[in-house]
Amino acid sequence: MSAAGAAVRTLAVLCPDWEVVAAGFEAADPRPVAVVRANRVVATNAAARADDVVVGARRREAQGRCPDLLIVAHDPARDARAFEPVVAALATLTPRVEITEPGVCSFATRGPSRYFGGDEALAQRAAAAAAGADPDLDVRVGVADGPLVARLAATRAGRGRPRVVPPGTAAAFLAPAPLAALATFVPDPDVLDTWERLGLTTIGEVGALPTGAVVARFGPAGQWVHRLARGLDPQLLRPEPVPPDVTVAADLDPPAERAEAVAFVARTLAEELVDRLGGWGLACTQVVVTAHTEHGETHERCWRLDGPARASGAPRSLAAAIADRARWQVDGWLSGPAAIRPTAGVSRLVLAPGSVEPARGRQLGFWGGEAGAGERVVRAVARLEGLVGPDAVRVAEARGGRRSGDEVGLVPTAAVDVSVARQVALTFGAAPWPGRLPAPSPSVVHRPARPAEVLDAEGRSVEVTGRGEVRRPPHTVRVEADPPHDVVAWAGPWPVDQRWWDAEAHERRARLQVVTDQGVALLLGRADGSWWVDAVYA
Amino acid sequence: MFDTRGVSPSPTRAEAAALAELDPRVRPLTLAAERTLPVLPALGALLPAGLPRGATLAVSGSAGRSFAVALLAAASRAGSWVAVVGMPGFGWRAAAEVGLDLARVVVVDPVPPAVVPECLGALVDGFDAVLLGAEARVPGTSARRLAARARERGTVLVAVVEPWFAGGRRERAGQGPLTDVADLRALVEGEGWDGLGSGFGRLGGRQVAVELEGRRLPGRRRRSRLWLPGPEGAVAPVEAPRLEVLGRHAAAPPVRSTA
Repeated sequence: MSAAGAAVRTLAVLCPDWEVVAAGFEAADPRPVAVVRANRVVATNAAARADDVVVGARRREAQGRCPDLLIVAHDPARDARAFEPVVAALATLTPRVEITEPGVCSFATRGPSRYFGGDEALAQRAAAAAAGADPDLDVRVGVADGPLVARLAATRAGRGRPRVVPPGTAAAFLAPAPLAALATFVPDPDVLDTWERLGLTTIGEVGALPTGAVVARFGPAGQWVHRLARGLDPQLLRPEPVPPDVTVAADLDPPAERAEAVAFVARTLAEELVDRLGGWGLACTQVVVTAHTEHGETHERCWRLDGPARASGAPRSLAAAIADRARWQVDGWLSGPAAIRPTAGVSRLVLAPGSVEPARGRQLGFWGGEAGAGERVVRAVARLEGLVGPDAVRVAEARGGRRSGDEVGLVPTAAVDVSVARQVALTFGAAPWPGRLPAPSPSVVHRPARPAEVLDAEGRSVEVTGRGEVRRPPHTVRVEADPPHDVVAWAGPWPVDQRWWDAEAHERRARLQVVTDQGVALLLGRADGSWWVDAVYA
Repeated sequence: MFDTRGVSPSPTRAEAAALAELDPRVRPLTLAAERTLPVLPALGALLPAGLPRGATLAVSGSAGRSFAVALLAAASRAGSWVAVVGMPGFGWRAAAEVGLDLARVVVVDPVPPAVVPECLGALVDGFDAVLLGAEARVPGTSARRLAARARERGTVLVAVVEPWFAGGRRERAGQGPLTDVADLRALVEGEGWDGLGSGFGRLGGRQVAVELEGRRLPGRRRRSRLWLPGPEGAVAPVEAPRLEVLGRHAAAPPVRSTA
């Protein structure tokens, strides 16, 4: 096919800010728009970027920077559906268009370029074809050695002015680009960070390093970028041959008129495909989804599987990613413009691996175990949110504070991505909260605190002086309507005076640990002249 | 089988503990008999094989809540998800000190009484372990069905009968709708706090006596004494772990090692 190590010449078509465009906004809309997923901004338009709304920011932070920001929920299915007309237009040029992700597609130029008379002419035709699908669409076209360089070239292209990087000059094209331009593509972005701190800021500077030294110091991740920077195919291994008999197909009877019915079948098929490939020790990097209708119409698309599904290596998430793409494709076909819509329901669905790589997935236990635990939780959480309301299903988030219960805050699960491993870094010991009580901590924290009475031997309320001392030792404790209990041991009081700058949150509190004759340990607090049970060591 | 002492030095205690913790995670294959969730080493005397998946536990006594959290701590660190429901005022920091991985905990609160059975059904379907407080009242009629569903799904259901002060309601020890259908019942009673004098010191640790009985331990009862919490909040056995076997086998002469 190509010389060893050389990248395949590729044309990439890219629609900038696709998530925003697919949501129904013009790319050049003057209103700032942000697309949000799991409380984080995943895409913005130019107007929002002008107001410093960055991808990755929290929703509230983004709204803080730009108060009239329009927030749209992220919907990959919508992105894929809206992209289908563009892909259909490009498919008139070449049969094998790979949808890298909604908003980006690419194909190898070797055949089409010869047919249409060169890369430049092909790029013009691709731009014209995509614009034919929707004249208002902002489409950028790039041609270069390798899909990744082509995609980067497309980002540098102008509207209607394709960027063609001549063969063999990919390294020179990439050299002045900052390393950060690769951040979303590199399998392990940490290495970019390391290089930047070492003073390497452009891709060219990395490419100038000796290969042996890069591999020795930075391993496969470093080698990946280094190969790219030298204009080679970053993929280290030759593509594995696709094994025979792994294609899976299912007939739908009755034919499906709606994408949901296909999605159900796609899920089972995807699991079977991943299973069969797993038997060969392989995972697929591209999947070809073919849908047939009763009237003999077929719709074939090639999807690239990248991102977290492949990185995690978990077979279940890979199957879910394949099933998603099959659903998006059928949805885009069935609900597309009249010109591309089929005349009958989908009667057959075929999934075939387009290209494969050795599976890096973990070996999982037979009986569930960790396999799919996160996914099951995501489903259960979605169901619970429907049952008890989204604000009643929450996860812990590390905060900090002096009082029991201040260290951890609860945030609704809707605001975090439960499916990816989070780290609740609880640096209880290290965080600077002088005045906090040391371990062990109470296992029951009353919020709000429950009123209590603390009496001395003569039945008078125990008082804490302004200097933080108790004059008379506590003798009995009574909590609400419970009968009083004798205090057998006590210590304190430990005063805390915090947040004097905030009239509402200001708090002066003296804390007392007591153990009653029943063996129950309580954390009592005195504030505003009365006693409270703050927490119980149950 | 092989004497490798001359070849490699035996691991230090810290290394051995780290290895023991890693073992269940990296084990490629799980036998049916090993369908358990791991427990903290300090609880090894009570549950040597771990926490059987699908079991329902009823935990009562004054230290019940701490014990229930400690039961699930090792499992959450090994990657299992834990749901906490019906436990207002959950002590997060105490749970973290015992060893619970807070990143794998989802709390559902409040739950309207009308949807409690449905909500628990969803939890049992989705989570590896469910920690159930007294605020989520399981109707007596659905307790058996819930336990059966947990058994089928392999979910560990730990119901805590809240003690004095904790939930504001008074339950008699051992009484709760799930107690009758539980596979294992634990009574965890505090035996006094350490470290607090009259006007000096601070709470250090508490010794608790745990008594475990149930269908899964036929004819026997297991007892253990623990520091719960220990001085740093973690769980520790009071002495060398010792298993007392009562009931039918109690008459058998104790086996003495000849040291």
